[in-house]
Amino acid sequence: MAGALSVPAPLLRLDAVEVVYDGAILVLRGLSLSVPEGSIVALLGPNGAGKSTTLKAISGLLRGEGGKVTSGSIEFLGERIDGLPPEDLVRRGIFHVMEGRRVFEELTVEENLAMGGYTRHDRPGLRRDQARCYEYFPILGQRRRQLAGYLSGGEQQMLALGRALMARPRLILLDEPSLGVAPMVVEEIFRLLRRINEEEKTTLLLVEQNARVALAIAHHGYVIESGRMVLEGKAADLAGDKTVQDAYLGGGQQAGRRARTSLIS
Amino acid sequence: MELFLQLLLNGLVVGGIYALVALGFVIIYKSSGLLNFAQGEFLMLGAYVCLAILEETRVPFVAAFLLTLVFSVALGLLLERVVLRPLLGQPLISVIMVTLGLSSVLKAVVQALWGSHTRPFPPVFATEPVMLGPLPVSQGYLWSLGCVALLLVLLTLFFRFTRLGLAMRATAFSQQVALSMGIPVRRIFALSWSIAAAVSAAGGMLLGAMRGGVDGSLAFYGLKVIPVVILGGMDSISGAIAGGLIIGVLENFSGGYLDPLVGGGAKDVAPFVALVLILMVKPHGLFGTAHARRV
Repeated sequence: MAGALSVPAPLLRLDAVEVVYDGAILVLRGLSLSVPEGSIVALLGPNGAGKSTTLKAISGLLRGEGGKVTSGSIEFLGERIDGLPPEDLVRRGIFHVMEGRRVFEELTVEENLAMGGYTRHDRPGLRRDQARCYEYFPILGQRRRQLAGYLSGGEQQMLALGRALMARPRLILLDEPSLGVAPMVVEEIFRLLRRINEEEKTTLLLVEQNARVALAIAHHGYVIESGRMVLEGKAADLAGDKTVQDAYLGGGQQAGRRARTSLIS
Repeated sequence: MELFLQLLLNGLVVGGIYALVALGFVIIYKSSGLLNFAQGEFLMLGAYVCLAILEETRVPFVAAFLLTLVFSVALGLLLERVVLRPLLGQPLISVIMVTLGLSSVLKAVVQALWGSHTRPFPPVFATEPVMLGPLPVSQGYLWSLGCVALLLVLLTLFFRFTRLGLAMRATAFSQQVALSMGIPVRRIFALSWSIAAAVSAAGGMLLGAMRGGVDGSLAFYGLKVIPVVILGGMDSISGAIAGGLIIGVLENFSGGYLDPLVGGGAKDVAPFVALVLILMVKPHGLFGTAHARRV
């Protein structure tokens, strides 16, 4: 994969991606980022900056919402993937865990997990991965026959993650895993995310409002604002940078501009 | 007592057919949010196709029945591909209007191919009645009831235990989330049209065999689907089944007990009176979900 170069190609690369909704509304304005294999990358930024849109552009879920990648390219494992339908992308190893822990409420925990593995047909492998899910999230094992709609917020988020694991993806796109989850459970979920990254070698691209917890587990971070990249750096550096606080909270132009000059150059 | 049992049985037989048609309607509504106004035409077409197979090939009824189901599945797939898929992304109301147009087209096709007069259906069931206690029951009724029950059980098992059935329920809950797991949502829509066409066709064939003839009036069974699904709940499969049986029984009871008193017509009005009363208490139907989801 690395070819003649010593630096391996990133697992995922976005190059100058533009996304337009409904043929008129420009949401991403030339966004570039790369996600190395095996890493955790955090994508931070204020509300409406285009974080969720970025994930949907990657997973192909834009289409169902009237959005489109109008220019630039998205590459996964060195191949162009923009414009492919979601089912192809899941098969290639990209799994999108959508915002708001959207579990199938009328299906049981076990059935939800089965749906996560929909694109796979190796029964023994699926059984193994189901057992592994229950290892990561013992509470799901205890509630396997319950309807997912009756789980608590944290448990539903765990189920959404478990569903992702069932697809055996190389890359999981996570949209706000802390949303609507009790603070103590947030810590637990992020600990599990790091474990999944280490043990399953799954790469994570993480969108989060809660920058503190996200940067605590990430290796690398990007901050976007109004569809553009304004900051990037090692997670530790970003976490230490005072301007980051302002930037991802949507704090004034000044902070953003200062950040741009200080970190990108 | 005998009258009561007789009416109850008739009601269940007709109600079972309503349940099949309503089930098709609910499956399409659940998976794509569409109201399919061509459900009654699927029923009529099924009866005609089955009759044509019987006349042309002289195979036994069971074989013709199964062949017609296969035909209906193919028809569902075809309709999804050539009629509905090009409309993807259009406002829901336009697509619903297209199903109304589809019902006219199907009716016209049937008339063009087979004419508008009643065509006799070859006798399928033995004519001498079976005695159930004091009650003489026609064998066709029993076969029909058994057949409907079998189909309903098979479909319930399908939705509960198969991968594809679960994927259909997942899609009904949220298309976006289903897509995000790699469930091919468009194929799921196609499948829902196939199942809807097949269950309705089954109803049509049973009706044709019981009545001994088929004609264009079979399509009117599609109209009954509206009170049935509103009563049972638009998005509930068990509601469609219960609603179908309730409306069928109600019709027959009011036909048997009220018509002599009011001089006829109660049979047609009763379901709607019941509907209004039930909706006053349960606005989303007996089994419907309160938050009507736009899926």
